[in-house]
Amino acid sequence: MSALRQPSPAASASEPGRAAVRDVACAHAPVLGVEGVSKSFGGVHAIEDVSFDVRPGTVHSIIGPNGAGKTTLLNMLAGIYVPDAGRIRLDGRDVAGLPTHRYAAAGIGRTFQNLQVFFNMTALENVMTGRHLHERCSMLSAMLRTPARARAEAACREVATRLLERVGLASHLAARADTMPYGALKRLEIARALAAEPRVLLLDEPAAGLNATEAREIETLIRELTADGTTVVLVEHNMRLVMEASDRIVVLDRGRLLADGTPAEIARDPQVIEAYLGAPQAKEAAHA
Amino acid sequence: MAHVASSASEAARARTATSAAASGRRGLFLLAALLVALPIALPNAYFYDVAIAVALNAIVCVGLNLLIGYAGQISLGHAGFFALGGYGSAILSGTHGWPAGLALLASSAAVGLLAFVVGRPTLRLKGHYLAMATLGLGIIISIVIATEDRVTGGPDGMPVPPLALLGWKIHGELAWYALTGAALLFTVWLALNLIESPVGRALRALHGSEVAAETLGIASAAYKLRVFVLSAVFAAAAGALTAHHAGFITPVQGSFMHSVGLVIMVVFGGMASIFGAVVGAAVLTTLPQVLTVLKDYEMMVFGAVLIVTMVFFPHGIVPTLARWWARRRA
Repeated sequence: MSALRQPSPAASASEPGRAAVRDVACAHAPVLGVEGVSKSFGGVHAIEDVSFDVRPGTVHSIIGPNGAGKTTLLNMLAGIYVPDAGRIRLDGRDVAGLPTHRYAAAGIGRTFQNLQVFFNMTALENVMTGRHLHERCSMLSAMLRTPARARAEAACREVATRLLERVGLASHLAARADTMPYGALKRLEIARALAAEPRVLLLDEPAAGLNATEAREIETLIRELTADGTTVVLVEHNMRLVMEASDRIVVLDRGRLLADGTPAEIARDPQVIEAYLGAPQAKEAAHA
Repeated sequence: MAHVASSASEAARARTATSAAASGRRGLFLLAALLVALPIALPNAYFYDVAIAVALNAIVCVGLNLLIGYAGQISLGHAGFFALGGYGSAILSGTHGWPAGLALLASSAAVGLLAFVVGRPTLRLKGHYLAMATLGLGIIISIVIATEDRVTGGPDGMPVPPLALLGWKIHGELAWYALTGAALLFTVWLALNLIESPVGRALRALHGSEVAAETLGIASAAYKLRVFVLSAVFAAAAGALTAHHAGFITPVQGSFMHSVGLVIMVVFGGMASIFGAVVGAAVLTTLPQVLTVLKDYEMMVFGAVLIVTMVFFPHGIVPTLARWWARRRA
C-alpha cells in the first residue's frame, strides 16, 4: 500500500503541457464520434439516441444517476455490446458491430468497474498480456523460443515493468494478482490497458472504492495521459474528480443525453441538477 | 526517495525475470535427470513398458493441460485423437507401406486438421460446447473404428509395423524408452516455452477473464482453436507412438473411458501446471499396474481419486505441494 501514497514526480510538471495539448486538440476532428446510438435489453431502453463527439487529447466524462446507462454506453464504446442503432466512429471509421478484439486493435482500451484482472497471473504478466497487440508471435516461434522471440519477451517485460512503476506498483511486480489489495488492482487494470497504447482509454469508475489520496493519484495519472496525447473517456461517481479532470461532460438520464458541455456549464445546468437531486431541491441547489 | 524506489524495483525486476522461467528450467532439468537415472531402477522389460506408457500418456496430458488448465476448455474426446493417430499411422505404414516415421507425421497432421474442422464452429460459442462436441466426436471415432473392420480390423484390432526413424529401427525396450523419454522432454520444453510467451499469456488471459482478454485485442476464439488443435496433435503423435511400440492397436484406445482417464490425470496432477500433467500421468498410469488385483475396479479407483482430489486439493497435487513448499521456505 505504501507505493500508492508516493507522490508522482510528474504531477506538477503536467499542467502546462496539458493546456497546450488542449489548444491543439480543439483544431482536430473528433477521435471518437457517437452518432444516434441506441441499445435496449428486452424492451428496456438502456440507451436511446445518444450522440456526442470526443476530441483527441481531452478528458470526456460520462455522468448520470444510477441506471442512467453509463456502463451500457461504455460497453458499446468498447465493442462489448453491439448498438441496436447508430454509429460509433473511431477517426471517422464506423466500428459498430466489429468483434471486441477488433475495437482494441482499432485503438480503444478500457478498464472495468467490477475488476476484470487476470487473477491467474502475476501483476507483471497481467501488464505483459496488455502488450498483446504489439507482439508478433506465431505458435511455432513461441514453442521453440527462437532468439528473436526471447529478445521480444525481454523487451515486453521491460515495457510492462515501466508501466507498473508509472502507476506506482513497482513493489508488486512479482505478486500474484489474487494477493493484491483493491486499490492496487485498480491501478493494475489501468497499467494493463495502457500497455496496449490505446488512443482512446475508457475508464469505468477508476476511483470507486479508493480513498481521497488514491483518487487524487488517479486524477494525476489521467492528466499525465492526456498530456501524452491519449484521449480519456471517464465514467465516475466521484464528482470532485469529474469536475477537476474533465474537459467536457455528457450527462445521461434514463438512457437519454441530458446535457453535453464543459464542467462549468454542466454545474449550472438546471436539468442536470433536477436529474440528480429531484425537482423540489433544484432551486436550492442552484443557489448553493 | 526515488532512488530507493528504483533500486527496490530493480531487485523485484530481477526476481520476476528469474522466478517463472527459472522454475520451469529447474523442473525440466529435474525431469531429464530422472529420466536418465530411472533405467538403473528398472529391473526388467515389464517396468520399461510401464515407464514408456507413462511417458506417452504424459505427452497427451501436457497437451491436454494446455487446453484444460491454461485455456479453460474441456475436451472429453482426446482418446479419440489418440486412437486416430495410432490407427492412421498403422494403416498408412501397415496397409499402404509408408515409412513408419512419415506415417506418424501424416496421421498427426490429419488429426490436427480434424480438430480444426470440429473446433472452428464449436469454439466460437461461449460455454462448455467444446466438451459436448468432443464427447460426441470421441464416441463417433470409437464406433467408426470398431465397425470399419475391413480397414481397422474391427473390435479385434490390427497389427502395427515397427517404427524406424531416418533408417534407425527402434528396437528393444531401452531404445523405446530413450525415444519416448526424449519426446516427453521435448514436449515439456515446448509447452513451457509456449506458456511464457504472448500466446501462453493470451490463453491464460481468456481463462481468467475472456471479456478483458478481448478488450486487449486477443481474439479468444482463434486462440482456443489453436491450442485445441495443438493438444489434438500431441495426443495423435503419442497415440501413434503407442501403437508402434505395442505392435498392435485395438479400439479400446479410443474409448470414452480413456478420454475421461486422461482428464482425470490432468485434474489430479494439477490444472495449469505442466509438471502436474506429467506427475498425474505417472501416478495414474502406474496405479493400475500396482493394483492389478483391482483391475476390474480401475474406473472406480479413478473416480475415487478424482473425488479425493476435488475435495482435498482442488488445485491438483503438484500446485498444492509447490504452494506448501513455498510457505515452508518463507
